[in-house]
Amino acid sequence: MKSQPIIQLEGLTKTYDLGEVQVHALRGLNITIDPGSYVAIMGASGSGKSTLLNILGCLDRPTGGRYWLGGDDVSTLEDDALSIIRGQRLGFIFQSYNLIDQLTVVENIHVPLFYQGRDLEQCWDQCVQLAGLVGLGDRLDHRPKQLSGGQQQRVAIARSLVNDPLLILADEPTGNLDSQTGREVLEVLGRLNAAGKTIVLVTHGEEVAARAHRVIRMKDGLVDRDELNRKSVAAAAHVATAHADAAAAR
Amino acid sequence: MKPIIPIAFVRIVQLGVKSLLLHKMRSALTMLGIIFGVCSVIAMLAIGEGASHEAQEAIKKLGSSNVIIRSVKRTPENNSAGQSKRSFVAEYGLTYRDAARLQATIPGIRRVLPLRIMRDDVRFSTISHPCQIIGTHPLYPEINGLDLLAGRFLTETDETYQNNICAITLSLAESLFTGQNPLEQEVKIGPNYFRVVGIVRERGTEQKRPQSGATEGQTIDANVYIPLSSARSRFGDVIFRRSAGSFEAEKVELHQLTLQFENPDSVETAVPLIQRALERFHTLKDYELVVPLELLRQAERTKRIFNVVLGSIAAISLLVGGIGIMNIMLATVTERTREIGIRRALGAKKQDITTQFLVETVVLSVGGGLIGVLVGVTAPLLVEQIAGMKTIITWWSVVIAFGISALVGVVFGLYPARRAAGLDPIEALRHT
Ligand SMILES: Nc1ncnc2c1ncn2[C@@H]1O[C@H](COP(=O)(O)OP(=O)(O)O)[C@@H](O)[C@H]1O
Ligand SMILES: [Mg+2]
Repeated sequence: MKSQPIIQLEGLTKTYDLGEVQVHALRGLNITIDPGSYVAIMGASGSGKSTLLNILGCLDRPTGGRYWLGGDDVSTLEDDALSIIRGQRLGFIFQSYNLIDQLTVVENIHVPLFYQGRDLEQCWDQCVQLAGLVGLGDRLDHRPKQLSGGQQQRVAIARSLVNDPLLILADEPTGNLDSQTGREVLEVLGRLNAAGKTIVLVTHGEEVAARAHRVIRMKDGLVDRDELNRKSVAAAAHVATAHADAAAAR
Repeated sequence: MKPIIPIAFVRIVQLGVKSLLLHKMRSALTMLGIIFGVCSVIAMLAIGEGASHEAQEAIKKLGSSNVIIRSVKRTPENNSAGQSKRSFVAEYGLTYRDAARLQATIPGIRRVLPLRIMRDDVRFSTISHPCQIIGTHPLYPEINGLDLLAGRFLTETDETYQNNICAITLSLAESLFTGQNPLEQEVKIGPNYFRVVGIVRERGTEQKRPQSGATEGQTIDANVYIPLSSARSRFGDVIFRRSAGSFEAEKVELHQLTLQFENPDSVETAVPLIQRALERFHTLKDYELVVPLELLRQAERTKRIFNVVLGSIAAISLLVGGIGIMNIMLATVTERTREIGIRRALGAKKQDITTQFLVETVVLSVGGGLIGVLVGVTAPLLVEQIAGMKTIITWWSVVIAFGISALVGVVFGLYPARRAAGLDPIEALRHT
């Protein structure tokens, strides 16, 4: 299955100009990610993972090189255009969940649609359905402070899905969770990927990376190693078939 | 992806109100500055307007194209000090010749209304009532604002034949003729009888109660109007007054002259001419000139100054309120940096963030403005009740006060909102 890549980076660089010193956080990345991939980015601290993810998430612009997202060159877009791209094509999952405290679960899930001009009343069903998908169907009116870390992260996952994004970006999504809840969250991500979502996540944990199909290891702003993970690819194929069977049976 | 303004706006206002309700106490305290500002503008303007309205009404009643000259008692000093009071007849004031001269020489004069005023008791059968006897011309009602309620007023014929007829004010009629029809009855003033031909009412006295200054039993407008010629022939020019065992006698021909001009413009040029004409024949300044037009202008000037002072006070209080709002909003922006980052990451444009925070500020200031209007509209009513002062709430003071409060929200909200929108999303997300 050969189709247009979701992400294509060409000689991507990022330099932080601190006046006297220049920090070369990314020094020329060439990465291509196909639709439906599940990619883990690993590397030592300071190797440029977060910088890369920020650029992929259109929160930041590269200093040099090109970045095509879904076929469009987004490396030189203006601030407003980047906002639109983020709102329409991307889903974010953060290490610290980043929910809005004063909003309820449903309202938090709804936020990306708010900025696309859609009322909560209009997309209530959709938001409730997503809350159910991550197992929080009975917590719709709860506030983030009333939920456990794992539950909060699941709300964040539901929120990242609400705009039906091309790509889900996760920066150490299990970093703040204990191993049991972390596994639950990874289960959810695995199911999403099996259902066709493209996921790029940054992690320090080898067992987290083990679930991805592809692991990109970074070092000093460059790709150190980029390898496929045979075992998880096979497992994913199996799960996908099972899903397809289940769908067919219904 | 076109933003639908009205619905989007409603949503963003809802969001703002919700955020503000999270910190009720803080929002309320922030609004207080605006509430006080708006309330004080409306209340103070209402009180000022009420006060100046009363003054202006009084002046307007005198007529803006009129000049009023009144006789003032002013006797030579050496006379009054050295001589016996009993034999002294104070002679002063305006004369019939003054009236004729002014009418003949001052340009722009339309009519001259002379007035002779005496105080005496009026009797009908057994009832006696102190009142003012006013000798005047048929023009009086028109120039001085007198409503005819029944019968007729004095006529030229009455003046020519020195008829013993009179018109009386309603309040006098009520006290003298309890229940009877006063018309065609005869009242006695001094030794003379006058037939009542008309009932009148001074304009502007419809509702007035007797004030504390008026002597007991004497309503403020107990007036008897008789022809000037009759007044002169029946009572003479000398008025006797008994006081503390000695007689006081005054010789005054006319107590007041009302000069009515063609229009207010000719008043201005005429005033110095009148002064010069009078000075020539009155070595002592035994008269005073009242120019309602000038008084009116002065009252307006005073009012304008008053409004400017009030406006400055109001502006300062609203400024302080605005600074309070800005202060709180800056704190809010810092406090909610993380939220701003999240919203930006999820698709909010800079403009969305600006609007969100601006709306919050405007909701605060407009909310404060609304409460301020309510309080500001009630406060003058209380003042009226408690202090007995007249107040007038003008619609424009409400509009201005409210408008400024909304403007304060925009002006002082813009900086914090821009600051919020200008935050780097990545930095904002990292904020704890
Ligand atoms: N805003 C910034 N200003 C200056 N230097 C930065 C900034 N963000 C990251 N860096 C630098 O860029 C390099 C890569 O950082 P980062 O992408 O955060 O690494 P990682 O997420 O892999 O730990 C580091 O040397 C870091 O100090
Ligand atoms: Mg990092």
